[in-house]
Amino acid sequence: METENEGEFEPRIVAFLCNWCSYAGSDVAGLQRMKYPPTVRIIRVMCSGRVEPSFILEALRDGADGVLVGGCHIGDCHYISGNKKCVARIALTKELLKQLGINPERLRLEWISSSESGKFVKIVEDFTKDLKKMGQNPLKSLE
Amino acid sequence: MDKERIGVFLCHCGTNIAHTVDIGKVKKYVETLPGVVFVKDYSYMCSDPGQRLVKESIKENGLTKVVIAACTPRLHESTFRETLREGGLNPYNLEIANIREHCSWVHDNREIATEKAKDIIRMAIMKAALLEPLEEREIEAVKEVLIVGAGIAGISTALILANSGIKTYIVEKEPSIGGKMAQLDKTFPTLDCSACILTPLMVDVERNPLIEILSYSEVESVEGYIGNFKVKVRRKPRYVRKDLCTSCGLCWENCPSKNVPNEFDLGLSTRTAIYIPFLQAVPAIPVIDAENCRYFQGLKEGKERCKICQKKCPVNAVDYTMEESFIELEVGAIVVATGYEIFDASQRPQYGYGKYKDVIIGLQFERLISASGPTEGGIIRPSNGQIPKSVTFINCVGSKESDGNQWCCRYGCMASLKQALQVREKYPEVEVNICFTDMRAFGKGYEELYRRCRKTGINFINGLPSEIYETYGEGKHLYFTVFDGFLNEVIRIDTDLVVLQVNMVSPKETGELVKKLGLCTSGDGFFQEAHAKLRPIETPTPGVFLAGTCQGPKDIVDTVCHAKGAGGDVLKLLQKGIIKIEPISAEVNEELCSGCGMCEPVCPYGAIVIEVKEDGKRLAKVIQAKCVGCGTCVATCPSDAIIAHNFTTEQIIAQIRAAVSP
Ligand code: FES
Repeated sequence: METENEGEFEPRIVAFLCNWCSYAGSDVAGLQRMKYPPTVRIIRVMCSGRVEPSFILEALRDGADGVLVGGCHIGDCHYISGNKKCVARIALTKELLKQLGINPERLRLEWISSSESGKFVKIVEDFTKDLKKMGQNPLKSLE
Repeated sequence: MDKERIGVFLCHCGTNIAHTVDIGKVKKYVETLPGVVFVKDYSYMCSDPGQRLVKESIKENGLTKVVIAACTPRLHESTFRETLREGGLNPYNLEIANIREHCSWVHDNREIATEKAKDIIRMAIMKAALLEPLEEREIEAVKEVLIVGAGIAGISTALILANSGIKTYIVEKEPSIGGKMAQLDKTFPTLDCSACILTPLMVDVERNPLIEILSYSEVESVEGYIGNFKVKVRRKPRYVRKDLCTSCGLCWENCPSKNVPNEFDLGLSTRTAIYIPFLQAVPAIPVIDAENCRYFQGLKEGKERCKICQKKCPVNAVDYTMEESFIELEVGAIVVATGYEIFDASQRPQYGYGKYKDVIIGLQFERLISASGPTEGGIIRPSNGQIPKSVTFINCVGSKESDGNQWCCRYGCMASLKQALQVREKYPEVEVNICFTDMRAFGKGYEELYRRCRKTGINFINGLPSEIYETYGEGKHLYFTVFDGFLNEVIRIDTDLVVLQVNMVSPKETGELVKKLGLCTSGDGFFQEAHAKLRPIETPTPGVFLAGTCQGPKDIVDTVCHAKGAGGDVLKLLQKGIIKIEPISAEVNEELCSGCGMCEPVCPYGAIVIEVKEDGKRLAKVIQAKCVGCGTCVATCPSDAIIAHNFTTEQIIAQIRAAVSP
């Protein structure tokens, strides 16, 4: 499917979306028949606080070009503060990615409320574009 | 995995899915995936025949797991869980593949959508293979309820509960129940008397054998969880024994300390040191305000003074030795009905509240116009005690601000109309002005009230003054200029009495209750509900509910609706005495747990604790009734010792792999 030409390839994004805000927001994008690139594969978690750094590393190791973590806005987490824990973990994971020689921009944390379907779509579009610029996940060619 | 027999059901959703996703191709592909023994498509899987198809297929094919590729799990997951149950499978052996909201609706290209649908279903199948059957948790619930706050909201909720047979405690920090509604004279839009509505309800509360009023008391601490809360209540000393007092009034009639500003009249009158807050107070037991009592003040200097109330009391009910005490309650649910506080108008100094005597707030006007108030219903200028020749109402004080209080108070427009009409009716010769920006007449009968007022000669000025001034010397009065949007020019208003309609703000104790009950607040400082439309009464803490203005500004009508709803929500929860909780929770694998304790502080609900076993081994333990299943502890545990049911690490890793590699 993917060609060697970096500009042409279709990146693959793994998205972890919290049930209450971001997943709901992605559903609303569907309800409103918004269109976005077919690059994202969504995994539902109850809260962004469930997302372990190892999930992100696993996704990248398996060949995902980017990882998106979506949660409720700070202060709105359905479980009070899970998203604050998530912030800390994402910062750490980004550091780790740097150490591993992976562009930390391949990991994105975004707050998407259940009404922000437009924001969700825009994030997928922008992330796809940026990943195209970044090129394929370097770990992919190792295999 | 070999032993798993997975059935996949592909929904066309009419043409919603089938139009963009080639179901035939998907079916062929899915049949090749490991563990899949049965694939079937149908036009509407959620319909009755669709569900029957699922049930029968489970039985006929001995399916162990079911994947339904259809709309979002947020829509029909619970529907299909029931289908599985009826088909003889554990309801948690289900995984939904969202190929509508996440696929057919967001892509136009049939080929691309079909490929993506394959991916999404593959991810679901990989997770399904690892699903474990789960049992709903059942916990016994105490069929008693605590209500915090006894204004019209707390009272309305309490009566619903008690009349349904549920024992209810109401904790009220003031000496009497009734809240702010007790201070009002009339209520809009009907202009019927507030006391005539409220006081019978207060008496009902007092008489109801299933309601226990804990007045002059506050919530000290809360422990436990849904169905089983332990609440410690602090009871402030009244210094008057409830079991003896007959409310005869001799104590307060004879109290020599007479100049204490009366809170109930917002300082427009004075009261004695031993007092009842208002005539219809419930309970009608007086309380001694030690700060202003000669006996208690004398004690500080080591002297025994006064004691007149004790001497006058014919039944020996006055007891100066009373002390603060604590009682413990066990309840299954808690309803927060702590109401609002009036925004401090002096924080908007342009209106001169606190500076000019003749600038008052709406609630003070209520006390003036009330027949039981300090002037027995007379509208006077506080500066000279005379009837004003002109009264001006100013709306939106501390409301609808671009920075500051952004919210609308939801009562001020109607309160101004009501009060203006009262002035008009009582003093036809007095000029009445209302300064407003837009008239928010949203309730039943409100627009009608507005129209009625517009015909009564009240002057409506479409604008708010930027600053209020007072003239000097003889004929001293207030004046201001304002741009009137109706006249399209700046006009000057000279007036004798200004009434400010002030916003509602969240009361001081909100912050403490947030901590004690694990709640949160929204940007405006009021308590945050679980969902604005679907769960406007529930909170993020299971078993804790909101009633009335503590959740956000409301008028009386909306407050009563919200509060009665809270009664319904609590009944739904407690009536069976057993609470079922979704099994999506965390559990500790004791063999892997090192007892490090990192999980304990990350849990926002205090649902995970470290226990020390007899052999000294430290182990984390999840209190199932408290756990809401967010998974934050699971992600924190360095030993992978905590399992998030239905979202286990293995299940998520399987989804990740399936998402990336075909
Ligand atoms: S539930 Fe959305 S981030 Fe916690």
